[in-house]
Amino acid sequence: MTQQTLSQSVTSASKPNRAKRNKRVRTIGIYLLIILTLVVMLFPFYWMILTSLRSQVDNVSPKPVWFFRPTWENYQNVINGNNFLEYTWNSFIIASLSTVIGLVLGLPAAYSIARFKQNGLALGILFARLTPYITYLVPWYLAFRALGLIDTYVALTLTHLIVGMPLIVWIMISFFEGVPLDLEEAAFVDGATRFGAFFRVILPLSMPGVVAASILAFIFSWNQFLFSLVLSGPRTRPVPVAVFNFISYGQIDFGGLGAAAVLITLPVIVLTLIIQRWIVTGLTMGAVKG
Amino acid sequence: MTLAILLAPNIPAPNTNAIPNTRVQPNTRVQPNTRVQPNTRVQHQRLIERNTVNRAAMFIDRHAHWIFPLPAVLAILVLIILPIGANVVLSLYSWFIGGSPFFVGINNFREALSDWRFWNGVRNTFYFTGVAVPLQLVLGLSIAVLFNRQFLGKGIARTIILLPMVATPVAIALIWALMFNPSLGILNYFLESLGLPRSLWVAQSNLAIPSLVLVDVWQWSPMIGLILLAALQGVPAEHYDAAKIDGANSWQAFWRITIPAIRPAIVVALILRTIDALKTFDIIYVITEGGPGTASETLNVYAFKTGFSFFRAGYAATLLIFLMFVVLGVAILLNILRQRA
Repeated sequence: MTQQTLSQSVTSASKPNRAKRNKRVRTIGIYLLIILTLVVMLFPFYWMILTSLRSQVDNVSPKPVWFFRPTWENYQNVINGNNFLEYTWNSFIIASLSTVIGLVLGLPAAYSIARFKQNGLALGILFARLTPYITYLVPWYLAFRALGLIDTYVALTLTHLIVGMPLIVWIMISFFEGVPLDLEEAAFVDGATRFGAFFRVILPLSMPGVVAASILAFIFSWNQFLFSLVLSGPRTRPVPVAVFNFISYGQIDFGGLGAAAVLITLPVIVLTLIIQRWIVTGLTMGAVKG
Repeated sequence: MTLAILLAPNIPAPNTNAIPNTRVQPNTRVQPNTRVQPNTRVQHQRLIERNTVNRAAMFIDRHAHWIFPLPAVLAILVLIILPIGANVVLSLYSWFIGGSPFFVGINNFREALSDWRFWNGVRNTFYFTGVAVPLQLVLGLSIAVLFNRQFLGKGIARTIILLPMVATPVAIALIWALMFNPSLGILNYFLESLGLPRSLWVAQSNLAIPSLVLVDVWQWSPMIGLILLAALQGVPAEHYDAAKIDGANSWQAFWRITIPAIRPAIVVALILRTIDALKTFDIIYVITEGGPGTASETLNVYAFKTGFSFFRAGYAATLLIFLMFVVLGVAILLNILRQRA
């Protein structure tokens, strides 16, 4: 598939004057390949939704059931039978708190890195992205246990901060670099302090970036599994861990799993639609501008 | 960016009262060019207060280069650097979580080097990464080339391929686990429809890692695709025209113009994906928990189990030091290669 795709595209770029018929065939081929790609990318989501709307009988049928009468039963079971709303609330609190703290710590740092060209500092923050998260987990666990902080929002928020803050810093560096120095200097001339200039001139101008960075940090905290797996408990369990436990207790309730998967993913997808331009920039820590 | 500035709301008035006597607003009653004098006690008092604020502000201004990043740096020191240091200390102890630690020197490291499960983890880590990343690179490049044109619904298509990389990994892993199910999973149904034999997927030792690679490839090829698509859009069209005049066919143009032009982006994508693939945890742990047996147990998963299933904090720390060196080592190596290229 690959080679065919490559040669086709270059051909179309370099030899636009080929026979019309050939061109039409090529166009159809390209559309088919694009559709194929999209089908492959979407299929697991499609299957997730189908599974969530099918009855258990249809879900365990040896032949896949494509057409059926959708049922909300699975959603009802998940939401009523598993404290799902409570887990969602936990996820929401942890993601929100860690994002807000990430902004408070990350925005000034990003500004400083952008203005004073502190590349070393930027690399230091990138280090948080390089090292495997699990590296910190054993010491964290021991420390939080000694402090009696296991299964508290404090422990989860602090650890999720490590996921969100570097993202915020890296996205905002490129944003702050884009704010013209003149504007800042004009503010200084008018008697603004650096803090004043940062809050009243730079930040308002960078609001689109702040929104994108916040949403991205929120998504990453929402998706975080490893830290929550170890540091959460019955009181603070976020959705991903709750859903994981759901399968490890041996029940194979296909529909329930599908419904739970849909419910975790839905908020993320909605948020993604808002900031899609920034997703790749965020995932590559600023290495690629969206 | 310029657009953002143009569209931005009015810039708020700068903070003029922070520094007295510098500038007088034109619409105040005070005549221009007259300096405001502290002629009453109240005003004098206010000025002193302002001076204190002013001095603090000036101190922050002068030291902004370390005061601004200080909170973030402290957070990183406490939450990242300290734990890494703690791992080094922990690795010298034998410590069952719940019991008390005792010093064992480098015994943990010696144990790791003769621990088959450690080497199994190392092998699985590199196997997973070594298969997944090249596949993603090839498929990602295909996606980039395929999408590098105008077509109906391009915006929607770009949004769709973002979904695998943002969706909650646990949810993705669950769905793939359902699809892998040997008796009821949809993947076996597809195989049979194509006249191929059924597969056990993750339930069979020698297929566990290839199956997990499939998930990782599905999840991350689009990201490489989008990185390379951004790069492709920066290749000037004149280069292709020049190549055409020189009589290059499209295949030659691809290898001689496209690939060299986007090589930096390819290398960045390669580095990022390699580092992340070495650290993959969520999908492996949720789908197989390292099984069957230890067939898909990467170093990451083994270290996790050592710490939180076997409760051996010291030995887990040792494994984590190895893991960190593997990841950082590969990152540095790739970076050196990048600079040489």
